[in-house]
Amino acid sequence: MRAVESFTTLRLALSLISAAALAYEILLTRLFSIIQWHHFAYMMISVALLGYGAAGTFVSIFRSRIEPHFEAVFAASAALFGILAVTCFLLAQQVPFNPLEFLWDPQQPAWLLLIYLLLLVPFFFAALCVCLMFTRFAARAHRVYSFDIIGAAAGCLGVVAGLYVLPPTGVLGAVGALALLTAALVWWGTGLKPRLAAGVFGLAAGVIILVTAGPLGQLRMSQYKELSQMLKVMGAHLVAEESSPLGLISVVESAEVPFREAPGLSLNAPDEPPPQLGVFTDGEGMSALTRFDGRRERLAYLDYVTSALPYHLVHRPRVLILGAGAGADVLQALYADASSVDAVELNPQVARLVQARFGEFSGRPYSVPGVALHVAEARGYTAAADRRYDVIQFALLDAFGASSAGLYALSESYIYTVEALQTYLHRLSPDGYLSITRWVNLPPRDTLKLFATAVSALEASGVNDPGARLALIRSWKTATLVIKNGALTADEIAAVKEFCRTRSFDLAWYPGMQTAEADRYNRLDQPYFYEGVTALLGNAREEFIERYKFNIAPATDDRPYFFHFFRWKALPELVRLKQQGGLPLLEWGYPLVVATLAQALLASILLILLPLWLLRRRLPPSPLPRPWLRVASYFGLLGLAFMFVEMAFIQRFILFLSHPLYAVSVVLFAFLLFAGLGSRFSERLQPGAAGRLSPAAWPVAAIAVLSLLYLLLLAPVFDALIGLPDLAKIPISILLIAPLGFAMGMPFPLGVAAVAAGNQELVPWAWGVNACASVVSAVLATLLAIHFGFTVVLLLALALYLLAAAVFPKPAGATLGAGE
Amino acid sequence: MQLRFALTFFLLVVAAATARAQDQWIAARQQMVRDIESLTVETASATGRKALDAKVMAAMAKVPRHLFVPTGQQPYGYENRPLPIGYGQTISQPYIVALMTDLMRVKPGDVTLEIGTGSGYQAAILSELVKEVYTIEIIEPLGKRAEQQLVQLGYRNVAVKIADGYYGWPERGPFDAIIVTAAASYIPPPLVKQLKPGGRMVIPVGASFLTQYLMLVEKQPDGSVVSRQLLPVSFVPLTGRH
Repeated sequence: MRAVESFTTLRLALSLISAAALAYEILLTRLFSIIQWHHFAYMMISVALLGYGAAGTFVSIFRSRIEPHFEAVFAASAALFGILAVTCFLLAQQVPFNPLEFLWDPQQPAWLLLIYLLLLVPFFFAALCVCLMFTRFAARAHRVYSFDIIGAAAGCLGVVAGLYVLPPTGVLGAVGALALLTAALVWWGTGLKPRLAAGVFGLAAGVIILVTAGPLGQLRMSQYKELSQMLKVMGAHLVAEESSPLGLISVVESAEVPFREAPGLSLNAPDEPPPQLGVFTDGEGMSALTRFDGRRERLAYLDYVTSALPYHLVHRPRVLILGAGAGADVLQALYADASSVDAVELNPQVARLVQARFGEFSGRPYSVPGVALHVAEARGYTAAADRRYDVIQFALLDAFGASSAGLYALSESYIYTVEALQTYLHRLSPDGYLSITRWVNLPPRDTLKLFATAVSALEASGVNDPGARLALIRSWKTATLVIKNGALTADEIAAVKEFCRTRSFDLAWYPGMQTAEADRYNRLDQPYFYEGVTALLGNAREEFIERYKFNIAPATDDRPYFFHFFRWKALPELVRLKQQGGLPLLEWGYPLVVATLAQALLASILLILLPLWLLRRRLPPSPLPRPWLRVASYFGLLGLAFMFVEMAFIQRFILFLSHPLYAVSVVLFAFLLFAGLGSRFSERLQPGAAGRLSPAAWPVAAIAVLSLLYLLLLAPVFDALIGLPDLAKIPISILLIAPLGFAMGMPFPLGVAAVAAGNQELVPWAWGVNACASVVSAVLATLLAIHFGFTVVLLLALALYLLAAAVFPKPAGATLGAGE
Repeated sequence: MQLRFALTFFLLVVAAATARAQDQWIAARQQMVRDIESLTVETASATGRKALDAKVMAAMAKVPRHLFVPTGQQPYGYENRPLPIGYGQTISQPYIVALMTDLMRVKPGDVTLEIGTGSGYQAAILSELVKEVYTIEIIEPLGKRAEQQLVQLGYRNVAVKIADGYYGWPERGPFDAIIVTAAASYIPPPLVKQLKPGGRMVIPVGASFLTQYLMLVEKQPDGSVVSRQLLPVSFVPLTGRH
């Protein structure tokens, strides 16, 4: 009876710890994106998750010593996770790691290693709880696994909700407190002595919350982030700060050294910008909140940036602004006498700041007659829109600094793909213009990639002569590409030339342009832009893209990495150019994924082989050669395959749910929840039920059939339903994921039960192998998607699942289904 | 007597050690200059310069860069790399400093303006080459620290001001050359106005530690403006026929 009660308490505790651990993982991404840069967050957290593998190793080695004190070790691990989740992060942010100096300063790798170790520790203790449960109740693996992942599902939703109501450090405190309260629950619920300890854990939970709310819990942002640098300028100070899962929004006022944000403003501009406030997201990507007092003439400067070009081609246009942010593009459209403006902004907090908190300052641009604000994701809104526009204006959505260092290489972006451009073009009125502005990099990268993407989109839409519809101009700082829904006329070309002449902007392409017309005002040692675009329009396009030292091949929905410019062949040259100041040409993001993969692989191999070597004498003799190899293969393959499928589907649902945050949360939640239910159900699939087949055969067959069906059918289904409101799309997504998640929840507990029946010693090891493989898999999936696309990732996952079913662990000399 | 002897001996040891340290710094500085010279040859195809102005190189060989960086960074003072100087700011790598100074084409009688004093190192280099250097910083403690260091090192032709650099220093202009090391969303028109006809303005563009390219703004004798974007490295984005 006691054991039953204990299991009831422990499985609830397991759910809570799994919830806290997943919440912590997502939260760390948020915290490190604020204090550092998100690609380093990705690397640090991927490596730290190997704490799971380390826990598997630890339990494998010390199982016999831990087992007698199982409940106490569980409670202590939970408490340590709670305390260390908070303290290790607070310590990690004191480490003077500066990624910008990584290739210069020999100390930096050591600082990075210290951060890895600090972050690995809390994950180790969380994982210890989970691994101990699997080891102790191996024969009930189905139920243990279901409580584990249903807890994780709750954590995934909980952290997103938490980030809406609390600041990120508040959520950190809550995660720590949750783990400590779980420790109290286990201590009390399993009747451990002294009873008082449960109270101490509860008290510690309160202390953790207080600590994170106080000065010790302050975030320390890198001094090299734009916001930190701005706040050091005399007279600059923070006037508002709002946090949500979408980012930390900071508004800065600088009275003595005013913001003058107008990227690439022409020297011929008649006026400087009116007073502005700086709006930063996660301390980067400044955009200006401009004072608008209703006097149109104060906005004249907005006519002197490259993005004003489309307004010189059409009279009183109906305008759609994508990524409206703090409203500069809306003001520009108003200055250009737009007849109507639909402004789309993803982050409701930015919109609220502009309209409410700083409404008087901003002149509430979204309430001006004719202007409508839509809080939505750009592409999803455009796809679902029921009207056509004369101008679709794409704002500069990212920071120059980040864009110049290649920091976005890892993030999928569905707004600059061939399919996305087709969606926007589809919403243009006949003769309408799609205008996209990007930062100028030298040698050109994103401008040429954007141009190549536009050419592909036009060709895919059946246009024979894409060059006839394109115009590209540039200042020294920004380039604007205009894509017309029709051929540009002689009058329009004359207007483009006049626009550039009066603003000293350079022409990079218009139909009929000659080389001599390029680079008149802002000279380059070679007309890189003109040469590039003419090559992209010519017959030798593929050869040009292939020869170029940056990756400028168009991004697609299947390979949505617009910001991935890195090419291996340029690496040796760029490293050689370090002394000449060539490092800015090195696009950081991609090499970091490779480095992460290498580190994760090395650490995993160590974590997997070490316990095996230590356990070699304890393994019972087996009629099968190397039984551990089968176990490792099965759990390794499952780890890889599960994450591959999950990541490939998150990508597809992001397009459908059109909001990256909702998509990731909903998809993860649904996968985990239904996998949990599937795990419970899999108890019925014990051998015997499945005859001579591997017990994993049925779930794997279901996964294969469903995945292939989805591969073929999801796109048309999504196309048909994209116009539905989010409230309808979320349950549809959950319903679609349910059967797949359900099937994917079964192979793991089936394997654990089989291993336990054969050799209990191998259970924690198998669990550790799976954990390591999952970490490697997440990184590998990104790399594979960059190179081959998500379809290939999904197909590979199916092959891995089939292989896993083939190597299902056979218990050696034991009866299957034996209890613990 | 013994005490006096001991004291003299101690002072001699200290002086010898200091002299040795000085020698080490000078040797490191000379090595830095040689590094810059060979880099200039390597990048000649990109910059169009096989060698930088001898006077610029002489200034690089003279100014003690290690005294413009925080103590902890001094051992790296003559390595060809950017260094942190506190307040989220950096000092450019010496090769870029030399190249930018060369691009300004300054003469001994020139009056120059710098926007973004930072460590004060660039101002010190200019101070060796021109008549007057005016420099503006927007981070007060940084500007004060640089000013103090420049005074201490005897750079008497440098004036530091803590102010908004956008409007330049009209009462000291017009200038023969301007260098803008502070991040700018666009080229401030008041600075162009304060540039003499025939004058040059250099703007490094990029993020911290990463100078992506250099902007050279030249004011023609007729007052019109032409700008050039220069890569400091010999990197051609295409392979094959180029």
